[in-house]
Amino acid sequence: MSAASESVRPEPSAEERFEYVLRLADTSLVAGQRLAELLGHGPTLEEDLALGNMSLDLIGQARLLLALAGRIEGHGRDEDALAFLRDAPDFRNVALAEQPNGDFGETLVRQCLLDAWQLESYECLTGSSDRELADIAHKAVKECRYHWRFSSGWLARLGDGTEESHARVSAALESLWRFTDELLTPDALDARMAVCGIGPAPALIRERWETRMAAALAQAKLERPAHQHYPWHGKRGVHTEHLGHLLAEMQFVPRAYPGATW
Amino acid sequence: MYTQALDSPAAAAADAHERDRLERFQERIDRDEKIEPKDWMPEAYRQTLIRQIAQHAHSEIVGMLPEGNWITRAPSLRRKAVLIAKVQDEGGHGMYLYSAAETLGVSRGQLIEQLLSGRAKYSSIFNYPTLTWADIGAIGWLVDGAAIMNQIPLCRCSYGPYARAMVRICKEESFHQRQGYEIMLTLSRGSAAQRAMAQDALNRWWWPSLMMFGPSDAHSVHTAQSMRWKIKRFSNDELRQKFIDVTVPQAEFLGLAVPDPDLRWDESAQHYVPGPIDWSEFHAVLKGEGPCNRERLEARRAAHETGRWVREAAAAFAEKHQEPLRAAQAG
Ligand SMILES: [Fe+2]
Ligand SMILES: [Fe+2]
Repeated sequence: MSAASESVRPEPSAEERFEYVLRLADTSLVAGQRLAELLGHGPTLEEDLALGNMSLDLIGQARLLLALAGRIEGHGRDEDALAFLRDAPDFRNVALAEQPNGDFGETLVRQCLLDAWQLESYECLTGSSDRELADIAHKAVKECRYHWRFSSGWLARLGDGTEESHARVSAALESLWRFTDELLTPDALDARMAVCGIGPAPALIRERWETRMAAALAQAKLERPAHQHYPWHGKRGVHTEHLGHLLAEMQFVPRAYPGATW
Repeated sequence: MYTQALDSPAAAAADAHERDRLERFQERIDRDEKIEPKDWMPEAYRQTLIRQIAQHAHSEIVGMLPEGNWITRAPSLRRKAVLIAKVQDEGGHGMYLYSAAETLGVSRGQLIEQLLSGRAKYSSIFNYPTLTWADIGAIGWLVDGAAIMNQIPLCRCSYGPYARAMVRICKEESFHQRQGYEIMLTLSRGSAAQRAMAQDALNRWWWPSLMMFGPSDAHSVHTAQSMRWKIKRFSNDELRQKFIDVTVPQAEFLGLAVPDPDLRWDESAQHYVPGPIDWSEFHAVLKGEGPCNRERLEARRAAHETGRWVREAAAAFAEKHQEPLRAAQAG
């Protein structure tokens, strides 16, 4: 994205930047909230703490990104106003992030698919022409590298562990694969941000994600599920039924006590 | 062992040898030397420590549950992040403590099995429910606060690995206590509804927090020997008194009422004097009849059972790939 010369590069509108940053912010927030549900309930103490760490990283990313989105919007909404006082259609996370935890295999597969996407996205965003976004990406990419190490490591353990674990993780992969198309298929905003030098070239993410995932699946002795097209548009606010419930729980206190400071 | 050897001169010599060892062990403790895992120690000392450290470790782990109950509903992203980090710290405390117990010759797996079967105890405070956000403030302030009172003296405990674990843990606990108090302060400076929420939380957590110090000295079974061994350094009542003296002014600063109509300041003793503690409640919760005893154990069992296939997969993978297997995954 550094190739285009500064002089001819178009500038995105504030609305476009706001929408784009929200996609990243909400994906981290919703994924972090999902992992936070598990704290205290992991298969071992070590995994419990590792999932907690990832949740903490994701919520930290969300806070930085939401604060940035609020500044871009310029209407005085801070990270909490954006997190707690928007309804589901205003959330811009990819639908994969909101999928329920299920068993450890499902949690793991969801994280693995998402970690690979976040890692490649943030890697590219470190070179974004948006300085603030690039700074956040620099921090996030280190965290995502660790998340990927964890989730791909567990994908291998479960895929190449016992017959039961292989069956469970295969089923999870089969069920969650349909949400990957949204990650990899750019829409008009993705394309526009790429042209503006803010976001990565859309084809690049798909290619790198596919390569990364193919290697992880091979190591885990898992079959890549067949391509499933499904019209998820979390990035445009069209979500699965799960997000509303997640938000109902997450947003309950600030909504029950409007205007209070916590 | 040959029973007839009992009254032989050899047995008498062995007896004398044993008494001698016990004496030298006590002398080391009296000199404030640390006992280390490879050192000789009386079996009763070992067993007392295992019981105490395991109970402490289990409390950290079970203690993740009542606070974990509010992570998904924390009212701001900052509070959410702080609470996640706190609950993680408690898990970390559980880990160091299980490791400290392992130096005494029990495995984490064995200890967890004792917890899940209901044979091992953990602190009764975690059998109380967290009903509103203010409970998260009250737990940090009162429960972590009481834990610190109990634990600071343990940093000088005679058993080295336990003392060292406690140094690390106490640092984090005092951080938790400040965070909890800060939640209470925000609530008490907030709306009428928030102040009422804070008062309600104090009402529910005050007495259980006082009970965290254990039965009064007159009824405490293990105190004398544990004091001699420097596994315990102050009596239950001394620690409870310290806690009350520190905490009552903090409640006043918050503008909250301590739910004890008999509480008074004794000018000559320079102490607060509380009303009588309802020990029947303490014993009921200890027996398993607290509000959440069932739920807490069920949650731990469910995590263990649903995690079984994951641990088995990790073990199978480690075997195939000669990956070093962590003890926890096998357990
Ligand atoms: Fe702790
Ligand atoms: Fe704590």
